[in-house]
Formats: sequence, structure tokens, C-alpha cells
Amino acid sequence: MSKRAFIFLVRFNLIFIFFICCIGQAELKAAGGNSDNKTAFILHHIQDAHEWHFATIGDIHITLPLPVILVSADRGIEVFMSSKLVDKEHKPVEFKGYRYNEEHKIIPVESDRKVYDFSITKNVTSLFISVFILLMVFLTIAKKYKGNVNSAPRGIQALFEPVIIFIRDGVARPNIGEKKYEAFTPYLLTVFFFIWFNNLLGLLPGAANLTGNITVTLSLSLFTLVVTNISGSKDYWKHIFNTPGVPWWMKYPIPLMPLVEFIGIFTKPFSLMLRLFANITAGHIIIMSLIALVFIFQSVAFSPVSIIFGLFMNMVELLVAFIQAFVFTLLSAIYIGMAVEEHEHDHYHDLEQEEAHSLEVG
Amino acid sequence: MNLITPDLGLFFWQTVIFLILLLVLTRFAWKPILSALKSRQESIELSLKEAAKARRELEKLRQDNEKLLIKAKAERDQLIKDALNTASEIKEKARFDAIKDANKILSDAQQSIEKQKEAALLEIKSMVGDLSLSIAEKLIRTKMTDDIAQRQLMESYLKEIKLN
Repeated sequence: MSKRAFIFLVRFNLIFIFFICCIGQAELKAAGGNSDNKTAFILHHIQDAHEWHFATIGDIHITLPLPVILVSADRGIEVFMSSKLVDKEHKPVEFKGYRYNEEHKIIPVESDRKVYDFSITKNVTSLFISVFILLMVFLTIAKKYKGNVNSAPRGIQALFEPVIIFIRDGVARPNIGEKKYEAFTPYLLTVFFFIWFNNLLGLLPGAANLTGNITVTLSLSLFTLVVTNISGSKDYWKHIFNTPGVPWWMKYPIPLMPLVEFIGIFTKPFSLMLRLFANITAGHIIIMSLIALVFIFQSVAFSPVSIIFGLFMNMVELLVAFIQAFVFTLLSAIYIGMAVEEHEHDHYHDLEQEEAHSLEVG
Repeated sequence: MNLITPDLGLFFWQTVIFLILLLVLTRFAWKPILSALKSRQESIELSLKEAAKARRELEKLRQDNEKLLIKAKAERDQLIKDALNTASEIKEKARFDAIKDANKILSDAQQSIEKQKEAALLEIKSMVGDLSLSIAEKLIRTKMTDDIAQRQLMESYLKEIKLN
């Protein structure tokens, strides 16, 4: 990293932390400053919401109301702005028979009605923004390749080309294999850049915590699950239901091994889901906690400590943003590689031969 | 707990949007980018291979040239040597011929001198005879009174005659 970029990052982070401090102070004052509210303050910042809350200065809440979309059997689709659910003092009110519950979710007043919430929440808005950025960036880059293919990459193209090549040659090719990696490279590239961009966007002041949301990571890991199992080879299924190299009594009469292998299909994406969610959320919680220390100690004198640690954590988070995107992509590639692999003969046979050979040599 | 409870709405949007993103990026970004990268890689590999081939050919050409040069030099040296030999032979022969010619000319000249000398002597002989006769004639014609006068007269005649 060049010196200039480093100085830029430090400045950016200082401004960011200062900004968060201001918001936090105002919010905590409003909340009354007890310890439960500090936890609520942190959780509020890492969770989804029906409005985009930027800051609270005194009694004025600076929020961007977002559309609420509710689907129910009796009323069909209902659309209204989330600002209708709060009054001028930002206290929750009833609107069209809906209200916020304690967890800040929209529920019908009549408890027997079943309503599905498809609202454009803070996270969905952030999702749209990130998709817009991704499309802008990569369609622009793609356009640059249309002219002279053999010219050296320039500008934004030169920035992302090494990363694209890294995913292709460092993740897809070695893990999926020379024959089949090309079919899965687009998926891996999309997943990688989606997670990386959203991780970085999540670090911006006041931004949504999209990749630290379990729903988002669940959806992403389900994509990997589907891609893996759709492309599974004969050997992959054989390995699951009739694992080679395992004594027969592990498979019959109680299919112990197939059961373990079958559960394995789901534990792999489950680990992907939890890893990404936990890493990103944990990073955000740590930064928020460091800032909240100022309010716990009730002293401005503590702010230098918060700022230094917060700055350090934010730098770490920049690294984590890349690493977690990379890990998710790498593991997806490994799972896909395991599924598409075709053995010429089974492992057991190989092992036997190897042993015999080593005995001969010995 | 709220934090780890998946949300239906967000799941719906995330899945749909991500699927669209995946399709659009695959069709309009990754396919062109990856194929461009591949074709660039191939063209670079090809260029490198061709450059290596050209280099090898150049090296071969250089070696051939060197061989040719060495051969040409040897040929040149041989030619010069031959030419020098021929030249010296010609020179030698020319010298020999010149000496021979000179000797011939010299001997011819001597012969002609000899002949002319003989002719001149012959002429002198005849002239001396003639003179003697004419002196004798004149002496006889003049009266011989005095021996001294006679001698003076003879001497005066002799003075008149110029020996040529």
C-alpha cells in the first residue's frame, strides 16, 4: 500500500469514528444511558431496519423512510412508507392496522392475521446500491476489453484484472480442476465481488450491515449448495451413499456412513453461512463496543483510546472484508471441486496398491 | 433472537437480486472479460513462442553467416596467394625477356659498329692510296732542283691533305 493511500485510510477512519461517536452520543442520551440501551444501540446498528437512520441530533431524527411492502391473504399487497408507522417524535404508532413490535418488526394489530413482510428495508436498499455499483464497475470494465484485447489494462480495469485473475487462477483452477473450472469461474467471481464490495460498504459510516446478516449469508450459502449438488458427478453421489474404503458394517444394516455424508451436504454451506455472518457481525460489534466505551465511562477523556482502538479495528476490518470474501469463495470452489471430481478408480484400490508398493520397496 | 433469525423478505430480495446479478454479470461481464483474458494470454504465449523461434532462426542465420564468412575469407586468401604467385611469375618472365632483348640489341649494335668500322677503314685505305698517288704525281710533275725545296713542297702538300 502506498503512503498516500495509507494516510487517506487513516483520515477516512478518523472521520468515520468521529461520526459514529457523534451519533452514538446523541442516541445514548436519548436512550437514557443505561447498560441495556448500550447493547440495544450496538445491535440496532448491525441489524436490518425499515428506515435508514443516519443520526439523531437532540430530538431530531435524521432518517430516510423506506417503502414497506406487506403481503397478506385477505388484503393482497400493501405498500406504504415506513414513516407512517412513527409519529413526529419518532414514537411508534399504528397505521392501517400495523405496528412495530418490541423487536422493531412490523406486525398486524389483529394477531390472527398472517402477513408476509417483503419491505424494501435498509439492507435491501443497500443490496440495490451494491448491485448497482457492481454492475457499473464490471460492465465498464467488460466494455474496455471489447476494443483491442491485447492492449495493457488501464484505470479501473487494471485495478480489478489482477483480482479477477487471482480468483480464476488461485481459487477456481486449482480447486475445481483444469477441465471444469471455466464453467464455475463466473459464479465464484460474482460471489467474491458481491461479498467483498458489501463488506467494504458495510464499513462506511451509517451503512447497512448486509454481509453480517444471517439471511444474506444463508441465501449465498444456499447458492453454493445448489451449484455444488447440481454439478455433482456420479462419483460424488457414490461417495455419499456408498462411501468407498469404509467397512461394510458402517453402511449396512444401519447406514451410518451415508447418513454422516448426507448431513455433510448441508453442514458445508451451513459453515459458510455462519462464518461470514459471525466474522462481519463480530467486527462491527467490536468497533461499536469500542466507541460505546466512551459512554460507559461517561468521559470524553476516554475518546483517544476509543479512536486509536477503533482505527486499528477498522483497518483490521478492511483486511477481514477481503479475507472473508476470499474464504467464502475458496471454500465454495473446494466444495464444487469435490463434487465435480471424477475418480478413475476408487481411493481404496489406490491405497492398497500404494501399500503393496511401499512394502515391496521396503 | 432477532440477530440469528432469517427474515423472509430479505431472503426473497437477496436471492432474486443475487440471481439477476449473477446472470447479468456472467453474460455481460465475466464471459467477455474471461474470454478476452484468455485470448490475450494465448496471444502473449504465441508471441513469446514466435519470438523464441525467430531468435533461434536468427542465431542459426548468424552461424551460417559466420561459416560463410570464414569460407569467403579462406577463398580470398587463396585467391590473393594465387594472384601474387602469378604476378611474381610474370614479373620474373618479363625481366628475363628484357635482359634477353637487351643482350640481343647490344650484340646487334656491336656487330653494326664493327661493320661500319671496317667500311671506314677500307675507305681510309683507299683515300690514303689516292693521296699518295696524287702527291707522287705532283712531286714528279715539279722539278726536283733542291732537296730542301722538295721536302718543303712535300710538307706543304701534306698539310693540304686532311686525314679524314
